[in-house]
Amino acid sequence: MNRQSLAALAAGAVFGLGLAMSGMTDPERVLGFLDVFGAFDPALLFVLGGAVLTTLVLFGFVLKRGRPLLAAAFQLPTRKDVDRKLLGGTALFGAGWGIAGYCPGPALAGLGMLSVEALWFIPAMLVGMLAHRWMSGA
Amino acid sequence: MDAWILAATGGVLIGLAATLLLWLNGRVAGVSGILGGVLFPRRGDVDWRVMFLIGLIVAAALYLQLVPGAYVPRSDFPRAALVVAGLLVGFGTRMGNGCTSGHGVCGLGRRSGRSLAAVATFMVTAIVTTFLMRHVWSVR
Repeated sequence: MNRQSLAALAAGAVFGLGLAMSGMTDPERVLGFLDVFGAFDPALLFVLGGAVLTTLVLFGFVLKRGRPLLAAAFQLPTRKDVDRKLLGGTALFGAGWGIAGYCPGPALAGLGMLSVEALWFIPAMLVGMLAHRWMSGA
Repeated sequence: MDAWILAATGGVLIGLAATLLLWLNGRVAGVSGILGGVLFPRRGDVDWRVMFLIGLIVAAALYLQLVPGAYVPRSDFPRAALVVAGLLVGFGTRMGNGCTSGHGVCGLGRRSGRSLAAVATFMVTAIVTTFLMRHVWSVR
């Protein structure tokens, strides 16, 4: 296994640990967090808060380095425009997230727990990804 | 431990994981984007994605298995709603180039205006949809 794959394995493991610890893998808590007009559970605000504060501080140091440790260059999105595709796509994603309480990371974690709900959600998510590819004609 | 301490610690770990992937490999830790690159593979750009996803799934499963009370499985959500949700999440993340991790954790960390617009949009539609599901249609 090359060094980049090993690095990705480590990063993925820390990511998964964080997801599991934070409570994001429990869809009912996610829906409780999104249910601001009902039984609002603000705890998950600390997940996004903790994660974004960390990246806000540390990404600055990392990107100042000019290049990553194990690769030739950073591969970052370059687009700056806010277009209909971005807003439409993220609106659809949010609706899907708000229906069942699963976004992609926690859904994959559920797959690891052989959650019966993940076994319904994940194939549908993959079909949705394929459908977008077909409809955009690529 | 208090739920909010675990939430904050987990959040910091997620942020550290994203920092690690950016620092070492120069890549954005967006789960839908990483998964998309496995589903639509490009030569020489697949292995690290598979390894990231394996790390995520195994580490989360280990924590949820080993820590008492950590895993609260839900198994009775309506199947049709799960399928519709999955379709929307899959289609929407491809169309909008990201999900909670790519736009939320990484995009906001990069101070990306596109990601800020994305996060504001999906938070609003998620909150509205949850409201409709729970309080108007009573699906839960």
